Amino acid sequence: MASSLISIRELSKTYRRGNQPVPVLLGIDLEIAAGDYVSLMGPSGSGKSTLLNLIAGIDKPSSGSLLIDGIDIAALPENDLAAWRAANVGFVFQFYNLMPVLNAFENVELPLLLTGLNRAERREHVETALAMVGLADRMDHYPNELSGGQQQRVAIARALITDPTLIVADEPTGDLDRQSADDVLNLLDRLNGELGKTIVMVTHDPKCANRAKRQVHLEKGVLLSGSGAH
Amino acid sequence: MLYGYVLKLARKNMLRHRLRTGLTLAGIAIAIVSFGLLRTVVDSWYAGAELGSSGRLITRSEASLSFPLPATYSERIRKVPGVRSVTFANWFGGIYIDEKNFFAQFAVDAQSYFDLYPEFRVAPAELADFKRDRRGAIVGRKLAKKYGWKVGDQVPLRGTIYPGNWSFTIRGIYQGADDKTDENQFLMHWHYVNETIKALLPSLADKVGVFIVDIRDPAQAAAVSAAIDSSFKNSLAETRTETQKAFQLGFIAMVDTILLAIQTVAYVVVLIIMAVMANTMAMAARERMREYATLKALGFSDGFVSLLIFGESLALSLAGGLLGILLTFPAAASFFRATRDLFVVFEVRPETVLLQLGSAVLIGLCAALAPALNSRRIRIVDGLRAVT
Ligand SMILES: Nc1ncnc2c1ncn2[C@@H]1O[C@H](COP(=O)(O)OP(=O)(O)OP(=O)(O)O)[C@@H](O)[C@H]1O
Ligand SMILES: [Mg+2]
Repeated sequence: MASSLISIRELSKTYRRGNQPVPVLLGIDLEIAAGDYVSLMGPSGSGKSTLLNLIAGIDKPSSGSLLIDGIDIAALPENDLAAWRAANVGFVFQFYNLMPVLNAFENVELPLLLTGLNRAERREHVETALAMVGLADRMDHYPNELSGGQQQRVAIARALITDPTLIVADEPTGDLDRQSADDVLNLLDRLNGELGKTIVMVTHDPKCANRAKRQVHLEKGVLLSGSGAH
Repeated sequence: MLYGYVLKLARKNMLRHRLRTGLTLAGIAIAIVSFGLLRTVVDSWYAGAELGSSGRLITRSEASLSFPLPATYSERIRKVPGVRSVTFANWFGGIYIDEKNFFAQFAVDAQSYFDLYPEFRVAPAELADFKRDRRGAIVGRKLAKKYGWKVGDQVPLRGTIYPGNWSFTIRGIYQGADDKTDENQFLMHWHYVNETIKALLPSLADKVGVFIVDIRDPAQAAAVSAAIDSSFKNSLAETRTETQKAFQLGFIAMVDTILLAIQTVAYVVVLIIMAVMANTMAMAARERMREYATLKALGFSDGFVSLLIFGESLALSLAGGLLGILLTFPAAASFFRATRDLFVVFEVRPETVLLQLGSAVLIGLCAALAPALNSRRIRIVDGLRAVT
């Protein structure tokens, strides 16, 4: 347990819809080791995205504890939390979420603006990352000039550009055809295998889930027994 | 580095919906031009009043400008200590061919009038001709140019206050000492008008509208004015004397309400475009909710996102504002041409340009305020779920 990067205890999340409380996560216990590759499965509405968002530090739990690398991120003030995300989390979204007015290079460069790197250093990093996702020749293309699979690879380059320890991916292949999905999954494999990134990936697709080292199942806000174990 | 990015994103975001941006820009530019023109109208109106020589006093009837005074007052005013000389004038109000050909006509004392108005420059020979010809007239340069009059031309005027068909021969053309002097006046002999009318309507005879009084020391204007008015106290026609500037401002007071309305409209125009622009920015921000949420997820602060919104809004409003300011000058020039006789000067003042610039900045800031606050309020997870 000492090697846990993510340590979740009795984690609950309740949304409010008007005056109505909507319980979404109910007492989640989960340990994820550094370097692990976990896929989060479950039916629609079971709370997968909610759990992922809590782990990524873009949402706050209602109760329970959530330690990442020993840091209680729920307790961080908003600005510190933003800085923590910038340094420690890489995001991959289902719909890529690239800035449409920026080209591939600029999109990947974006997180580096929050670091102290100078222009030349940023260029070097961006070129390396884009080369790694196989898009070195598409640097000056805008998102609308790229296929879905290519956009997602740009997004992956953006996620790894600051060299974060944790990569969260919410249905990264949900909008892609088989071939593009394979490209993306191969990339995630390499990020985990070669670069040692810890990956948490939400997916509906059992084939995708199989690519992870470990599968965790959520049902109505509860982890299915056994799946949280190490 | 971040500010450079903000500017770059603002520029690129502006070009995202070219039509919308274009229409908003045009709207702001038009609003800024209107604002500038309306303010210049007000300024020019007041500027006309500043122009008169402050050394001159105007004496008129206490009751109303439309009540004339006995011409005999002239001698009594001249005897008031501090007075150097006196002349007088009457509003003639004739119609030249058609009512729409409006210009100021005064029946004046030919012997003394131009001595008190040195800014009306007439060639000595022409002035002498005018003084000799009782049916002569002297007209302003601009007025002569407008109707193509030359010295020697006959000008028919149909009387309104003084009935009948009158005819005057132009004996001279005066030129303003500077471009602020009104060159649109038509001046004829008071004595000729008076004697003609005496036979027809004796009640109108021997009356003048205003006395123009030249005083030795402008600093004594108030004391001399009071002395003149007190010498006519309890007479049949009491007087009110004030400096020409005050007189003109008093005249302006009649149209003050209109000027206030114009000024209000100027600001309302800015308010309207502010609302339009706020709507544009709100629409843009709503469309970009997911982008803003993504930026925040990546670690950018609320402040950065607000800066993006303000940057785009200000870039848009300043571009529109600068365009509007540039267009104000040709617009003012053609406005002046179109309203030739209404204003003596019509210049866009530096203060107006500053106000225009300030309005543009204000429009940009106000339009960004609501979307920026909103972007802070929206939580990242909700922003990410927003569909675009
Ligand atoms: N911001 C929110 N406000 C209110 N309710 C929410 C919010 N986010 C999620 N929910 C609710 O929480 C529940 C779980 O949502 P979540 O997005 O985590 O499900 P999911 O497992 O990711 O589903 P899917 O597979 O469809 O993406 C749903 O009932 C959803 O309506
Ligand atoms: Mg989901």
